[in-house]
Amino acid sequence: MSTEMTTMNAAEELLGEAPSGLNLDKAVRYGGLLALSMIFVSLVGMVVGLDSRQILYWINPDVYVNHPGGVGISLGDIALFMWPLLLGAAVGNEVVLEGMVGRKRGVGDLLNGFVVGAVGGLGVAFMTMLMGWDREVDPDNGVADYGLRDPLVNWNEELYILLTFNRGWAFALWAWPLVGGVLAAVGASLRLMPDGIRKAAVAAVVAIVSVSIFQFLVDDLFEGVGETIADPGRLSNFFNDDPGAGRERVDSVFDGLIEFIYAQRGGLRLQGVILVGVAAAGLSLVGSYVTRGRVTKARKDYFDTPLPERTKSTAALMVLVSLALLILPFFTGKIVNELLANVGIFLLLALGLNIVVGLAGILDLGYVAFFAVGGYTTAILTSAGRGDAWPDWIPLFVNDGEPVLGGWLVALVIVMILAALTGLLIGAPVIRMRGDYLAIVTLGFGEIIRLLFLSDWLSGYFGGAQGITNIEGADFGPLGTVTGVNPRSVFYLVIVFSAIAIYISWRLEHSRLGRAWMAIREDESVAEAMGINTVNMKLMAFVVGAVLASFSGAIFSAKVGSIFPTSFLILVSIIILVVVIVGGMGNIMGVIVGSLVLIGVLGGPKQPGLLQEFSEYKLLIYGALLIWMMLKRPEGLVPNVRRSRELHQDEFLQDAWLKGEVDTDDEDGEVATEVAPA
Amino acid sequence: MTAAVKVKGAQRTGVDWFLLFMRITLISFIGIGLVAFVAQQIDPTNPWATFWHGEEGASTLDWPQFQGLVVTGLSQGAMYGLIALGYSMVYGVLGFINFAHGEVFMIAAFTGFIMSTKFDEAGWWEGGVFIPAMILTIIVATIVSTFVAVIMERVAYRPLRGSPRLIPLITSIGVSFFLQNAVILLFGPGAKGYATFPDWLDKDRVNIWQIGTSDTGIPEYLFSIENKKLMVIVVAAISMAALWYFVERTKTGKAMRAVAEDKEIASLMGIDVDRTIVTTFAVGGAMAGIAGILWGILFKSVIATTGFLPGIKAFTAAVVGGVGNLGGAMAGGVSLGGAEALAPLMVLDPWGITGPSQLRDAVVFTLLILVLLIKPTGLFGERLSSEDRA
Repeated sequence: MSTEMTTMNAAEELLGEAPSGLNLDKAVRYGGLLALSMIFVSLVGMVVGLDSRQILYWINPDVYVNHPGGVGISLGDIALFMWPLLLGAAVGNEVVLEGMVGRKRGVGDLLNGFVVGAVGGLGVAFMTMLMGWDREVDPDNGVADYGLRDPLVNWNEELYILLTFNRGWAFALWAWPLVGGVLAAVGASLRLMPDGIRKAAVAAVVAIVSVSIFQFLVDDLFEGVGETIADPGRLSNFFNDDPGAGRERVDSVFDGLIEFIYAQRGGLRLQGVILVGVAAAGLSLVGSYVTRGRVTKARKDYFDTPLPERTKSTAALMVLVSLALLILPFFTGKIVNELLANVGIFLLLALGLNIVVGLAGILDLGYVAFFAVGGYTTAILTSAGRGDAWPDWIPLFVNDGEPVLGGWLVALVIVMILAALTGLLIGAPVIRMRGDYLAIVTLGFGEIIRLLFLSDWLSGYFGGAQGITNIEGADFGPLGTVTGVNPRSVFYLVIVFSAIAIYISWRLEHSRLGRAWMAIREDESVAEAMGINTVNMKLMAFVVGAVLASFSGAIFSAKVGSIFPTSFLILVSIIILVVVIVGGMGNIMGVIVGSLVLIGVLGGPKQPGLLQEFSEYKLLIYGALLIWMMLKRPEGLVPNVRRSRELHQDEFLQDAWLKGEVDTDDEDGEVATEVAPA
Repeated sequence: MTAAVKVKGAQRTGVDWFLLFMRITLISFIGIGLVAFVAQQIDPTNPWATFWHGEEGASTLDWPQFQGLVVTGLSQGAMYGLIALGYSMVYGVLGFINFAHGEVFMIAAFTGFIMSTKFDEAGWWEGGVFIPAMILTIIVATIVSTFVAVIMERVAYRPLRGSPRLIPLITSIGVSFFLQNAVILLFGPGAKGYATFPDWLDKDRVNIWQIGTSDTGIPEYLFSIENKKLMVIVVAAISMAALWYFVERTKTGKAMRAVAEDKEIASLMGIDVDRTIVTTFAVGGAMAGIAGILWGILFKSVIATTGFLPGIKAFTAAVVGGVGNLGGAMAGGVSLGGAEALAPLMVLDPWGITGPSQLRDAVVFTLLILVLLIKPTGLFGERLSSEDRA
């Protein structure tokens, strides 16, 4: 059968399937999913817990005093109402095969969306009805109590009021299917719009929500830039950022803008919503008209250029990004700098894990052990508060409570050596195990090391549960001392090390060693047959990863100033793994994006992110993200080309076959696609 | 495993020498510890003991203490064994570690907590109605955990069938993380205490053969076991026997074994592979459900992180006994439980390690490493299809 014939047949089949677009079966299934999602989000407390964070106001409390709370949309509302929108849009999702035309959309799609939302809303309505039955109001004080409140902590009055729109469950019973249906239909209507309009609408919504969510960052940045313009002199005392002095408020041009769009108690004012929305939609429309696909083409050109030839543009890009990063902390306040420092520490960890997991394909779940070794070694060498059991010949780079100049760097050398040795020690026994056993055993090693640091037995050395305190910062003489009280300095230190790590990973990836790692990742037996010494290569991956993690640990202990076994839970390993996977395994850019998005926005295991309201829910979100990414996009947000080809080999083969690049569908086809450009 | 296919006379590399060194060190550490333990039982002030413990010498362990440790180890080990069955079966059939299996166990323990408090409120948690209430609790917890395991398979693992083997493993880490945190958010982060069990279960003991009285006048027995621990061991043994019958004697069990052996050929023989895999998850979940209630009986409280360590320990038990081998999983569980209870005092203490029981979990992980270093196929041999053994 010729390729052309198959294409036609398949297209006819696709068109003949459901001409009206109404697919009740699928809609009801998605509706059930919607109901479950909304009920779950309500019961884990997100809806109530995030309700205090306002995103935008219809009626601004600052202006109209007779609405004390203001009226608008909160983060809790978004957590609840985004589901009908998303699933309404998702129900119309159909796989359009390569080289075929998608089905024409019609009113049936809207109906589909409405059914999804109505079924989902019915589910929520049913839950509010249950809550209503379970509700008992104490006649004396009017306090409502719930029987199911005992195991389910969020089955309470606040949730009931929110879900019933404060009008009782009978109202909710008919209102919810309606609200859900309309919202989901709106979501579904996205697919009916022309491309340009849809992009503009999505851009507006995303812009409004993110400008509001990142209010803190925007506020801080505008204030910093404005003040610097008003008083350029403040940049001169940059390196000796005195944390005590703080920033003096200087009136600047941006103050008016900030006051115009944001309400005092957080959230966008109505005029802000309109301004941001119109600006984003306009930019999207005008932008796509002006560039007419030139940006997409430039990007495609860039990625299509073979690696050796694109070093120039890559270097230019790198210089631009690093310049931007270098001047960023000039303008941001302490909290944002602290956040950036945390992102940097986790970025360094993620870059290390990226070499182990992303390049060599070794799933190391005890990666936190190297972080701990780095942290504890630095602490022992630079803290007067270290255990008494250490003999005198172990150096201590502290002089009368002041860090010794360059002491931290000497300590870093020792940290490096110790981390490499730990890498060998942990790596050697596990290197020959199969991948999944290796994961559990490294997890075991991570726990053993933490338990040893925690134990009474070695508390003379490591301080047991009390940890090691009074760690001095890193003294760099004229450049200043890096300590936690001055997050800007930590940020610069971490940036330097991240740059080193990025350079190392980048060079390694395209070296003989890196190619050996990737060969091992794809197929260990074949790699061995090709003459690669798999054992040594895998050990190298362990050692390089360990050294990078130990750098991060050294900076961490200089920053925090005290170190406890609880900082090194397995949780840390898993969060770094999520960062690497969400960003894109084996891709440096992906890892950077992953740490910015996850650690910067959601926060690290103990470190708060920009969305401090999420701190309670972030671990749940991390888990959900990990599952979602593995199911839907295992190659990550910013995929590595080779890795995604490995993960989607079937689809690549199919596409190539449909495009007619492969003549036959027998085994030879695989060989042909490997040669074809991706 | 590559190490197993070593050509005779092949040159030993540095890594081989290092591994040999590690094996010898670990085994001699354990061996010397055990000998020193015996020595300090005989003479607490022998030179070794005074060297590590100071002038007054080591503390000794008397028979009731020792026997108590063994019983504790056995009962916990039986529980680990029940959880290990789930790991073992899933690994046998699908060839990946279902990291979230510990969470299934935790959810069962949570269900037990909810049932017990609700029964207690209704006054059914004492007297004559206790036993039916308890049986009902076990049944409900088992149903819930089975349900969770099946849903898990449907949502998270089935779409990944045939993908590289690390992908489902990473997904299962995500599932575990998700379930754990969902439980924290749904039911609150604190430890949840079960309703008080009747004294006959919780406090009373079975005593055999009085051998004397202690200094404070409490009678000492040759063999003494708390009723709850006895019950845990008995329930685990019954469940194990039922599972053995199911897997070895029924048609569904035969299908499971066939799917574990070779999925393709099994489907050619007319076996519904998907359905068999679901059954495997369901049976593993049911075993974890029973184990969850047993946990509740033993420790009387449950917290969202309860599933994590027992889960990993149970996996260790499965490896110790040989993955895919059901009898091995139970034997592995019991030996692991015993080692966990005894090793801190019998191996670590003679080496002068203070607070040895803090290192109980480290003992388990070391045991896992040791078994994988010396006999990676487990004590009783693994039963895997040829593709999974690669």
